[in-house]
Amino acid sequence: MLEMKSRWAPYWQAAPLAIVLLIFFVLPLLVTLAVSFWTYTGYSIEPAMVSDNYASAFDKCLASLPDLCTTFRTYLSTLKFCLIVWLITLVLGFTVAYFLVFEVKSNNMRLILALITTIPFWTSNVIRMISWIPLLGRNGVVNQWLLSVGLISEPLDWLLYSNFSVVLALVHLNTVFMIVPILNSMSRIDKSLVEAAYDTGASGWQTLWNVIIPLSKTGIAIGSIFVITVVMGDFISIGLMGGQQIASAGKVIESQINALQFPIAAANAVVLLAIVLMIIWTLLRFVDIRKEL
Amino acid sequence: MTEGRSRTFYILAAVFALYVLFLYGPTITILVLSFQGPNGGMTFPMNGVSLHWFHNLWAGIGVPNVVGALISSLKLGLVVTLVTVVISVMAGYAFRTKFKGANLLFFAAIASLILPSIVVSLGIALEFQLFNQTITGVGDYLVENYVDIDAPTIWTNFLGNIGILIQDNFQTLMGLFTSGLGAHLTWTLPFGLLIMFAVFNRFNPAYEEAARDLGASSWQTFRHVVLPMILPSLVGVALFGFTLSWDEIARSSQTVGSVNTLPLTLRGLTTTVTTPVIYALGTVTTAVSFAAIGLTIVLMLVVQHRRKRHGSDAGKGTA
Repeated sequence: MLEMKSRWAPYWQAAPLAIVLLIFFVLPLLVTLAVSFWTYTGYSIEPAMVSDNYASAFDKCLASLPDLCTTFRTYLSTLKFCLIVWLITLVLGFTVAYFLVFEVKSNNMRLILALITTIPFWTSNVIRMISWIPLLGRNGVVNQWLLSVGLISEPLDWLLYSNFSVVLALVHLNTVFMIVPILNSMSRIDKSLVEAAYDTGASGWQTLWNVIIPLSKTGIAIGSIFVITVVMGDFISIGLMGGQQIASAGKVIESQINALQFPIAAANAVVLLAIVLMIIWTLLRFVDIRKEL
Repeated sequence: MTEGRSRTFYILAAVFALYVLFLYGPTITILVLSFQGPNGGMTFPMNGVSLHWFHNLWAGIGVPNVVGALISSLKLGLVVTLVTVVISVMAGYAFRTKFKGANLLFFAAIASLILPSIVVSLGIALEFQLFNQTITGVGDYLVENYVDIDAPTIWTNFLGNIGILIQDNFQTLMGLFTSGLGAHLTWTLPFGLLIMFAVFNRFNPAYEEAARDLGASSWQTFRHVVLPMILPSLVGVALFGFTLSWDEIARSSQTVGSVNTLPLTLRGLTTTVTTPVIYALGTVTTAVSFAAIGLTIVLMLVVQHRRKRHGSDAGKGTA
């Protein structure tokens, strides 16, 4: 009796999670895949088996090569944001994690400082973006200051609603996703390994490159997956901080949804998903996530 | 060597301090600016100090439903918190033993966390649109085939009435507590599950074995042994559940139906409102987040303190 009970226990315990993920995650992805081949009649989506949606998503893309079509340019620009934000968050996140693990000596202090870096994660992203407006606007704090010290004679226009502000906001919001996993990996490094490296004559940089970075690899990969997937699908930050003027893969989907072009939006979502999965798959070859828990 | 290390320390400490400034500076700026005087603008200088913009906010700022959106977000956040805690604990328990499909479920949860929110949001919206079309279709079919037909029976009348009922009343299944709740759960549950993984990986099963040896049922073991031990972590799961839902925007964007949550309303306001009232709304939103974080920390401290004072409650009975 008890045997039976405990054998079935994990199934009913996992059932609610499985049901929620099935209804609100797996099924929606399958529906998206299906709808990407359907047609839209103006007020309802109808089953069909057409590839028109993909054709219009990549309208004239092959014909116009080597010139880039709008879709290719959008994806390229999204990838560019990804790369820039990834590099900055990686260097910044790694530096902060390194400081907390190897330079802060007291455990309590480390905990408090780590908490300070994570608290903003629990506050609103939209607010954190709006917060840049009084700083970066035409009459904002930065421009006022630059004018007053005489570095510029005209207010800078590219501070807000520009590529610059988009990158700034994305770094601002997502560095925490880099810090936490790297911190997690780094704090498991046996300190005696680092000392052994110094004792055998390695310089600081050599120790960093040959001991610490390889041992933080998993954290770096997990952080990278987070940051890259968030930026690849982003439409909120790019919209808000780009003044709704900068295109991105996510924004294309959003505007097609707003125009009620559901099947084309679905086709674009499938393409975006495929690209993101390829990136994740590449990164996962370096690590085993379950080891980190 | 020591000298070199200490120089590294100062450089890295400076980088850290700048990062913290970068992290908090902008938010502090709008907190200050939300107390801008009635004639003040969107940026410095401060034109006096007042609560004008908070009054303005409470009066509805001429934009309908700001207060309504705040209340919707609070309600949804509380439901999401409760559901996240319960489902995460159950699933965390399940993953302690091997079961078929465990890996698949784990990867589904991780995928739900990292796949682009716009894709998840669109998927749920499309799914619910298909649900709606199906229900409307059934209604139309029933009316067409069972209303005003020759030789009606009780059965055909019943089906016909259902059809009429659907046609007259059915609008949409989409809503804050259906598709909206589900969309938020796809975002909060993976975090809850990961926390439970971390908790149970460090949990010593000897306590449960002892309870079982003393004759406790599985429920009693959970209620009186495991639950008190994992309680602080559950407060952590609740914090994630509430704050992630409270701030969620990307997955809500296509899934909450006609009701707007606070972040969605805020995003809309950024393009239309040009007074510091938007900073006041930002201050209120951030205050709620900080209240949740503060409450979590206080609860955790209380639990710890009580443990120190009372020690174990073994032998006191289980009234």
